[in-house]
Amino acid sequence: MTYDEEQIARLLRSLPPAPEAWVEAANSLPSVRRELDTLVEQAERDAAYRVQLLADLDAALRTAGVEPRPEVIEHLRRRLEA
Amino acid sequence: MTGASDAELVARCRAGDDDAWRELVDRFSRYVHAITTQVYGLRGHDAEDVFQDVFARVWERLHTLRSDDAVRPWIAQLTRRTCIDRLRSSGRELAVDPPEEPVEERIAELDEAMDVHAALAGLQPECREILDRFFVRDESYRTIGEALDLPAGTIASRISRCLAKLRGELEGRNTAPTTSGEQVTR
Repeated sequence: MTYDEEQIARLLRSLPPAPEAWVEAANSLPSVRRELDTLVEQAERDAAYRVQLLADLDAALRTAGVEPRPEVIEHLRRRLEA
Repeated sequence: MTGASDAELVARCRAGDDDAWRELVDRFSRYVHAITTQVYGLRGHDAEDVFQDVFARVWERLHTLRSDDAVRPWIAQLTRRTCIDRLRSSGRELAVDPPEEPVEERIAELDEAMDVHAALAGLQPECREILDRFFVRDESYRTIGEALDLPAGTIASRISRCLAKLRGELEGRNTAPTTSGEQVTR
């Protein structure tokens, strides 16, 4: 396949970068999920901690060093309520 | 960027390599963003939620991928489904024309654009930067000149030279040797 310069320019323009904050959040997914695993494991061992966690997921995530983005809170809530 | 193949990157991600995951996100973030916003017309929080959902699903389901080489079409399919679910759950009309052909065509064009970006990644950093600034970030000659400390009068010729190199890189990529050493052009 051959490309002319206009075609290359058009194809380059058709993939602008995603917003940096979105990419950063996606990048941090493995470390966030590891933190969530730790919180869930602790909640499974300690019923009182589970209640405390569910009462304020936002604060619990902040304490664990995780940005309490809506999808992260929702994911943690689902796992704790499963 | 390591220049690893998609299959190598997937294998490393599956083994728990966080650097490989970042590279995979970097490689496919524009693609997922473009399908979400250009093909399905999602905006704002809807687009952001889909973007995050797609990468969460990729991370959770990477072990289900049958062929590591097929990660790009798999991500495209995950993105399409997630966009459609989002539009349906919000009770909105799909922002694309039924039947499927227009979506297929638009994604095929984004696939071609991914090939161009992959070729761009193979150029010298100076060329990558000037082409990215001019074509992707839509910066003026003046802004580019100031950022890269280049006289404005030389920008156009540099862009032209770098485009020619990119074309050479692309055409080289599309000409793969066969086992018999014969050249095949796609």
